[in-house]
Amino acid sequence: MKIGNLLHVRHGLVLGCFCLGFGLVLAFTDRLTSKDIAARALEDRQNSLSQVIPGSIHDNDPVEDKLVIKDAGNRDITVYRSRLQGKVTGVAFESFGTGYGGEIRLMLGVDDQGRLLGVRVLAHHETPGLGDKIESKKSDWILRFTGLSLGNPPVERWKVKKDGGQFDQFAGATITPRGVVRAIKSGLDFYAANKASLIAEN
Amino acid sequence: MPSNYKTIIKDGLWDNNGVFSMLLGMCPTMAMTTSATNGFGMGLATAAVMAASSFLVAVFRKRITQEVRIPVYILIVAAMVTLVDLAMNAWMHELYKVLGLFIPLIVSNCLPLARLEAFAARSEALPSLADGLFMGLGFTIALTVIGGVREIIGSGTLFADASLLLGPAFRSMELRFLPADMGVLMMVLPPGGFFVTGYLVVAKRLLDLKAGKEIQMTGAHSVG
Repeated sequence: MKIGNLLHVRHGLVLGCFCLGFGLVLAFTDRLTSKDIAARALEDRQNSLSQVIPGSIHDNDPVEDKLVIKDAGNRDITVYRSRLQGKVTGVAFESFGTGYGGEIRLMLGVDDQGRLLGVRVLAHHETPGLGDKIESKKSDWILRFTGLSLGNPPVERWKVKKDGGQFDQFAGATITPRGVVRAIKSGLDFYAANKASLIAEN
Repeated sequence: MPSNYKTIIKDGLWDNNGVFSMLLGMCPTMAMTTSATNGFGMGLATAAVMAASSFLVAVFRKRITQEVRIPVYILIVAAMVTLVDLAMNAWMHELYKVLGLFIPLIVSNCLPLARLEAFAARSEALPSLADGLFMGLGFTIALTVIGGVREIIGSGTLFADASLLLGPAFRSMELRFLPADMGVLMMVLPPGGFFVTGYLVVAKRLLDLKAGKEIQMTGAHSVG
């Protein structure tokens, strides 16, 4: 074998050894942290659920009581159910809309009558100072949806005012609230379409 | 190469500051400095990665052959970033929720790579550790200052949410200068990052000129 080839082999071995070594280090760290990371993710989920499902209407742990249903866009939606003495009192699930800066992810809580228990924004990329008023931390805008349902206001009024609906946009931003209102409406549609299977056991 | 610690510290914090002198690591500098707290947290995470990877490269520098050194450096930086990412997610979760998206950006920061190539590859382990650490702290100072200026003008606050990062004891650090919604929005948007960074670079050079120092334009020249 020529000297040049041997050198190539040596470089390869050096790189390979480093990959192996650091690969082992990372595998070890992953084992060390995976339990804690899973626990934190569960806590986060419980936190966001507890904001849209009031504690008074359930005695179970909604995070544990979940089922997966496909929505109209063929996307898998995980639905969490709250129960009081075994009876389903409400459900919580994510809904998605499009804002000015991309996807807006919402968590919706809906009771067994189809009324909204609460809406919270989980993640968004809207303009800071303008579009981020949809966060409950920055403004109470998102709280106005609590108690509403598909019939209240009527379906054709589930729009921002600019589109002839009933919801205020806020100063400087129309696209963001429009995306949120649409996402809530589509979440309620999803609930209506799947109501039978969501609260079947009642 | 400077091997005494005083020079290393002075270089890292001021003379050869990663952001203000070398203009390296502009991606996290622009993306993460919408508030002083964000800049501070991002800076500290970067400093930890830089100290660890500089140390490791210096320890293994005789084993790393010239031809494969860049992939090995990137491998080491990426491994350290993943370690920090996993550890923060598990044990500093509140902070992780603020910074998490941006931790992987450290891999794309060319400042660690530049210091590995320019310093750690030809120095002993301990001076390299010091260089990584103080270059990282210089980066932290730069990001905190840029973030602070942008935050004061853009949102009217300073160190907002610092208690999330450092613990409830630091709530008193959170200051408000302007009433809510009075800030100049542009400063927390990307253009503000360029403005503030630019003016601060000018300010540092003016200070250096006043002190009679030669302006160092090391930048990419220090990379092999």
